Amino acid sequence: MSDFFSEFWGYWVAGIVVLSLVWLTYLLISQSVVKLPKGQQADVTGHKWDGDLEEYNNPLPMWWMGLFYLTIIFAVVYLALYPGLGAYQGSKGWTAVGQYEQESAAKDKDVKPLYDKYLKVDVATLAKDPAAQKSGQSLFLTYCMQCHGSDARGAKGFPNLTDADWLYGGKPEQILETLNAGRAGQMPAFGVAFGEEKVKDVANYVQKLASKKYDAVRAARGQATYQQVCVACHQADGKGSQLIGAPNLTDTVWLYGGSERAITETITNGRKNRMPAWKEALGEGKVHLLAAYVYGLSDKPEAGTKP
Amino acid sequence: MQANSALEPHGGVETFNYRVVRQFSIMTVVWGIVGMLVGVIIAAQMAWPELNFGPYFHFGRLRPLHTNAVIFAFGGCALFATSYYVVQRTCGVRLISDKLAAFTFWGWQLVIVAAAITLPLGYTSGKEYAELEWPIDILITVVWLSYAYVFFGTIARRTQKHIYVANWFYGAFILAVALLHVVNSMAIPAGAWKSYSAYAGAVDAMVQWWYGHNAVGFFLTAAFLGMMYYFVPKQAGRPVYSYRLSVVHFWALVFTYMWAGPHHLHYTALPDWTQSVGMAFSIILLAPSWGGMINGIMTLSGAWHKLRTDPILKFMITALSFYGMSTFEGPMMSIKTVNALSHYTDWTIGHVHSGALGWVAMISIGSIYYLIPRLFGREKMYSTKLIDVHFMMATIGVVLYIAAMWMAGITQGQMWRQTNMDGTLTHAFIDSVKATYPYYYVRVLGGALYLGGMFLMAYNMARTIMQGKAFDAPVPAVSQHAHA
Repeated sequence: MSDFFSEFWGYWVAGIVVLSLVWLTYLLISQSVVKLPKGQQADVTGHKWDGDLEEYNNPLPMWWMGLFYLTIIFAVVYLALYPGLGAYQGSKGWTAVGQYEQESAAKDKDVKPLYDKYLKVDVATLAKDPAAQKSGQSLFLTYCMQCHGSDARGAKGFPNLTDADWLYGGKPEQILETLNAGRAGQMPAFGVAFGEEKVKDVANYVQKLASKKYDAVRAARGQATYQQVCVACHQADGKGSQLIGAPNLTDTVWLYGGSERAITETITNGRKNRMPAWKEALGEGKVHLLAAYVYGLSDKPEAGTKP
Repeated sequence: MQANSALEPHGGVETFNYRVVRQFSIMTVVWGIVGMLVGVIIAAQMAWPELNFGPYFHFGRLRPLHTNAVIFAFGGCALFATSYYVVQRTCGVRLISDKLAAFTFWGWQLVIVAAAITLPLGYTSGKEYAELEWPIDILITVVWLSYAYVFFGTIARRTQKHIYVANWFYGAFILAVALLHVVNSMAIPAGAWKSYSAYAGAVDAMVQWWYGHNAVGFFLTAAFLGMMYYFVPKQAGRPVYSYRLSVVHFWALVFTYMWAGPHHLHYTALPDWTQSVGMAFSIILLAPSWGGMINGIMTLSGAWHKLRTDPILKFMITALSFYGMSTFEGPMMSIKTVNALSHYTDWTIGHVHSGALGWVAMISIGSIYYLIPRLFGREKMYSTKLIDVHFMMATIGVVLYIAAMWMAGITQGQMWRQTNMDGTLTHAFIDSVKATYPYYYVRVLGGALYLGGMFLMAYNMARTIMQGKAFDAPVPAVSQHAHA
């Protein structure tokens, strides 16, 4: 694929690069002829500034010129081998993308058997295999920690994977689905539709659902709105639905914060979230092992009882 | 500061405009302390993350404040001060316009204050070293064009036929920075303090690093070479080593720098050919850069004994040594295979500071020590001993800083690329952060030492000013200087 709109620009770039190298070489050659006879001291130029500022007219140091020539020769050789002269790809035919694909394909081929051997074992069993868990953790620290944190406890907007609360379900097949296909979380914005007051009312009702402090009058008004609108996803009891990733509003886990202010912000502006799909990028074997690692993180008796 | 009128009546003899030089010189030290203090604070925030308070005192907002303060406030004031001094002395005339010169001083201070307010408030265009939002960008442009008028207008009035080499470098710096600033800051305003870049995607990145690298090349290199070409021969009392070398390395330097920007974007979405060309010219840049170092250091040959007793000269020679070192390190880091290790690590930070603390700050400090007594009618600074102590603190500080960052950077680079047999990363990112802590402590120490030296300088300067009074040297008669 060419980087240029038309052939002209390729020649244009190549021409300027070549001319520049020629110019630098000319600049050097033009100064090479000047030499100081042995034992003779260079004279000052004869110009004088600010009382006593003068300049000797020493010739250019030979080693410095040599260094300069060497770097120009390097540039010429390099641009003959590698892309640089406009559309000319260089004699090695090297590209950054090509190098990446080649290296990662070679590595993938090496490691594929390491992961594929786990495909025969189901996720729940694998979660109890220390060797598999160690390898799974390495994968997690390579691909997942950027969002979920190195301890998998997440951050604002990024779910904690060590508790028993699941947006889309914590069964092995649900975790696999999340990893393979990704998830797109969407809470619509109601700020305009509701208006400020109504948003506050609903926020207070949500506080009530979560057994937090709330304004009773507002919560009562908010309940009406909730039963009309919010119920569609979060359900009448506020426990949400894992089928569509609607969070449970009655527990203590808050992806974007559970203060009145944070809830108001969520209702007003909505939220958008995305878990990327990993099937293409990682392959089935790695995803399977990651699912086992994540399942193992929360599949502990104490995980469910944590406040 | 009513010095001008007080000293003017030498029987109507015209004097140089030292007033604006004095103003910029004093502010160089003031902004140096401010900028480096913020630097020490953010270094401490890296070592002790608990020191990040609220949005206004957070690393993310203080870091651009630090870079802007040291580059444009400290470095900028040093360049204004010295270029105004040098252009007058070497052209043998007073500045073409006192009013415009005064405007550049107050305008530049306004830019700095505006930066110090808007950056912590979170107003930023997000372009490194060009974070200031569009209203400030316009102010910078106006001040800069005035600066260009004063500088080139003064050169046009010169009584000397030949233009001294320092002025070529200052001139190239003024022209290039005008071009870089205007092109890179092109943006579409979306409100008083918000704008969107006129460029998109990889083009935006390329324009930004064309700017970024040439800000280094013209602001932090060419201009300070101009400073070097005046103050080193003056302080050493020796002629410049080679006129011929200065011509060749000047043209090679200003020509080649313009190409080197893409090495900041190795292994990114930038097209391969752009990266290759950037790397090839970055390597060619080594010799032109060293030309300045050779010319500076060789100027001293025959006067080496002066280094024993003259701490100002020590500052200048050490600056040239660091210049040579970092202009070797730069081309080396631009090689793609080296860059694959060094990029995104603290090695880059170390490299920048060996240039910034070692070269830029030390040559400025030396030059300001040279200037202060002359601007206030004194023979020398209040205390030469204190300059010596400052020199020791600065040298130890910069060595601690860059050695720590080299080790930190190579450690990070090695940890990030290490993989297990199963193809996963051996170290989580957080492991490399933990491994970096010892070096972060050393960096705080090095930075604090360097900052401490600046306080000594401020004290020394204040005492010198108190002993003397503002002095404007008379412009020498033309006949003495005219050259056939």
